[in-house]
Amino acid sequence: MKAGIVLFPGINRERDMAIALERAAGHAPRMIWHTETELAGLDLIVLPGGFSYGDYLRCGAMAAQAPVMGAVRAHAARGGYVLGVCNGFQILTEAGLLPGALLRNAGLRFISADCHLRVERADTMFAARYQRGAVFRAPMAHGDGNYFADAATLDRLEHEGLVGFRYATATGEVTPAANRNGSARSIAGIYSPNLRVLGLMPHPEDLVDPLLGGVDGAPLFEALAAA
Amino acid sequence: MVRQADAALAREFGLDADEYAKVLEIMGRPPSVTELGVFSVMWSEHCSYKSSRVHLKQLPTKAPWVVHGPGENAGVVEIGHGLCAVFKMESHNHPSFIEPYQGAATGVGGILRDVFTMGARPIANLNALRFGDPAHPATKRIVDGVVRGIGGYGNCVGVPTVGGEVNFHPAFNGNPLVNAMTVGIAPVDRIFLSAAAGVGNPVVYVGSKTGRDGIHGATMASAEFGADAEAKRPTVQVGDPFTEKLLIEACLELMATDAIVAIQDMGAAGLTSSSVEMAGKGGVGIALDLDAVPQRETGMSAYEMMLSESQERMLMVLRPEREDAARAIFAKWGLDFAVIGRITDSGRIVVRHQGVVEADIPLAPLAEQAPLYQRPTTEAPKPAVLAAARVEDRLGLARGLEVLLACPDLCSRAWVWEQYDSTIGGQTVKRPGAADAAVVRVEGQAMALALTTDCTPRYCAADPEAGGRQAVAEAWRNLTAVGARPLAITDNLNFGNPEKPEVMGAFAAAIRGMASACEALNFPVVSGNVSLYNETEGRAILPTPAIGGLGVIDDAAKAVGIALRPWLDLVLVGATQGWLGQSLWLREIGGREDGAPPPVDLPAERAVGDFVRTQILSGTVRACHDVSDGGLLVAVAEMALAGNVGARLSTGPRDIPGHAYWFGEDQGRYVLAVPDHAAFVRAAEAAGIPAVRIGHSGGAGLTVPDGGTISIASLRAAHERFFPSFMGS
Repeated sequence: MKAGIVLFPGINRERDMAIALERAAGHAPRMIWHTETELAGLDLIVLPGGFSYGDYLRCGAMAAQAPVMGAVRAHAARGGYVLGVCNGFQILTEAGLLPGALLRNAGLRFISADCHLRVERADTMFAARYQRGAVFRAPMAHGDGNYFADAATLDRLEHEGLVGFRYATATGEVTPAANRNGSARSIAGIYSPNLRVLGLMPHPEDLVDPLLGGVDGAPLFEALAAA
Repeated sequence: MVRQADAALAREFGLDADEYAKVLEIMGRPPSVTELGVFSVMWSEHCSYKSSRVHLKQLPTKAPWVVHGPGENAGVVEIGHGLCAVFKMESHNHPSFIEPYQGAATGVGGILRDVFTMGARPIANLNALRFGDPAHPATKRIVDGVVRGIGGYGNCVGVPTVGGEVNFHPAFNGNPLVNAMTVGIAPVDRIFLSAAAGVGNPVVYVGSKTGRDGIHGATMASAEFGADAEAKRPTVQVGDPFTEKLLIEACLELMATDAIVAIQDMGAAGLTSSSVEMAGKGGVGIALDLDAVPQRETGMSAYEMMLSESQERMLMVLRPEREDAARAIFAKWGLDFAVIGRITDSGRIVVRHQGVVEADIPLAPLAEQAPLYQRPTTEAPKPAVLAAARVEDRLGLARGLEVLLACPDLCSRAWVWEQYDSTIGGQTVKRPGAADAAVVRVEGQAMALALTTDCTPRYCAADPEAGGRQAVAEAWRNLTAVGARPLAITDNLNFGNPEKPEVMGAFAAAIRGMASACEALNFPVVSGNVSLYNETEGRAILPTPAIGGLGVIDDAAKAVGIALRPWLDLVLVGATQGWLGQSLWLREIGGREDGAPPPVDLPAERAVGDFVRTQILSGTVRACHDVSDGGLLVAVAEMALAGNVGARLSTGPRDIPGHAYWFGEDQGRYVLAVPDHAAFVRAAEAAGIPAVRIGHSGGAGLTVPDGGTISIASLRAAHERFFPSFMGS
């Protein structure tokens, strides 16, 4: 799979993402500048984490209006794969590619800590190397990761099986204590209806090397590389 | 500004009568207000080091691996594979008291610029924080603002905050300390310096626009606070980490070309210090046209522009033929780029604004005749050694341990570090709390840097020389405890009013102590910062010479942390006498802050540390933790908590009272977890190093020698209680 990483001003986890993709695929992803409008030849477009435009407006709101987003929308409309992590997830919701919004964390403080994610479905390209119900660890690093949508949208996401990952305990129980940012229904990641656009708040790309504390995130990137 | 420059205005600007007389002598005429502003900030304590320079000269600054020592924007040491580590620590104490969030945030921004201005990509931030008594009404607000500010800036620029320290003491009630450290990596042949050169070369301003913020910030940082400190809020700058991130990327992109002749960030005293220092170091002159300076506000005077401390700005001298290519890079990143002057051969700084010469100052006398004071010093008599046998233990070991682990100076700092992004960059091998030093791998290499900040202000207050020595030794020890080879330090010397002989005496003594340790451990000072006048309403802080230590471990996979694993032997390495003077146990349980602090035996320190490092690198050590605040029992408990596994401890030696053995803060010691204590102790004996088995790991509780067992769960509850309950979350 040929991957590209979009660089908006203020994005800062693009190197982490590039390392994870290259580690799995054996070749470096293409770096895409926010003013580019032609993304032909790519199978996967990644919107990485960071603080696009400083997040001085709503998180992701400015980036959602950048020239490159027209091409990202077209790519998604063609059935191309899109992965948005952290700020990337926020941008996807602001761009209307995924429903809902990411609000301030419930505790009103930035959270930098490992969380556990429960895999809600494994029959997607992204989660293919995990088992359904499996739990894996991922660092989170965000101030605005509190997923919110109205009840009807949440019901629809649940009903259509579009909730990809939930915050859980190490043993896979979904509890309020494991849901540190206060996300609605402990949602950490959601899919588009065609399961090809994934927005995910924590950072599997920072846990792909045993030396750095584990390889829990590696299956996601191995699946992307193999697809 | 309609005022005339005169002795009264000079006083307001912080120059005394003698200093103003020297200005008149250099200028040969009364200065303009802008000129007086330039003199006053360049001669402020903050920029000139006028009280501290005579003492700083004693510090060792050389070693074969030192590429650039003090005098550049940051220190540079070679780490192998053609790479350098570039690092420095700097204070933002005064602004952080006035406006904690912005004060701390801009402290991080400023130290980042000192590092990337030399061509290094920042890979790690650390911070050393000292707050007042938790019971003081201002402390909670200051802790909240400082922690948010450090996180707000560091998280946004995308540099991991990987380590640091936090202390509380009533002496910091009106004067918290915020010392921020940045470490970057650069190729050894691509280091950028600030000395300007090339008559006619363009002087280029990049980054944020200039506003009226922070005017005279350097002067504010060179004075004590009175009750009116809050009124100084307008001298604090406002940080913009987004622009800083763009500035890092744009500068590094430009640095990959050959366009830059010299570069310096606009830190304290902004455009004044950057232009004066660049031209002065290069032995050239500089002509500035302020009409070309990008401005955020209208109607700014020359004085305001020269003295503004607006953040996220850099000054560069470029090769003229590369100007257009450079402009294109900054345009791509959406940053201002303006040619605001030229390098001249006049040896003067000439500042024009709206066609009028607002300043025309000879650079050599401005630097060479800067005030230099040999301030009077008085050294307090050294406190008497406290005999451990004369201090009674009313609580016992188990209860004493619980009290200590729960106290603000020893409790878990997770509440703090969980607000700092420590994993960004994808190279953090040992995160906060995992090891005695943070370990950050160098991208694309097997090697990693080990990083720490250390100081024990209560030791420094009791005996500044012993305290200065101990701060350096502890930094060296913390690097050693992960298996790293300590290379060099940056220092951040925080003291009170240097015009008070007892403060200056403490300063001189602390430097002496530091110098002795640097010398003995071959651990030179390569950069640093002095912060004086840390007083509010006449009360000085505890002397705090904070040390930022850097080491390298050639194979990051060999680094060890503090987390205990089950069924290992615990071995104490280093000599124990049972030193209770100035210990946390004495303060928290005995209710006393007295006695002499524990001395550091430098030859023993080095021998023990070298032995421990060799053992770690040979692969025989599963976990290692130095023994510091709280003593041996606290060290073991911290290892147990980190690994979530219990331990059983044996009885200590008969000739030392139990509480002195387990809570004394004797220096130069480590607790190691090893699979085979017999072989380890034999190796230590062969090397002449004291080593003794003190117990083994396993189970769900910590069993102490006088009989009690505390579950790890209840230790954890005690350890993690303070911050969330104090901060209300």
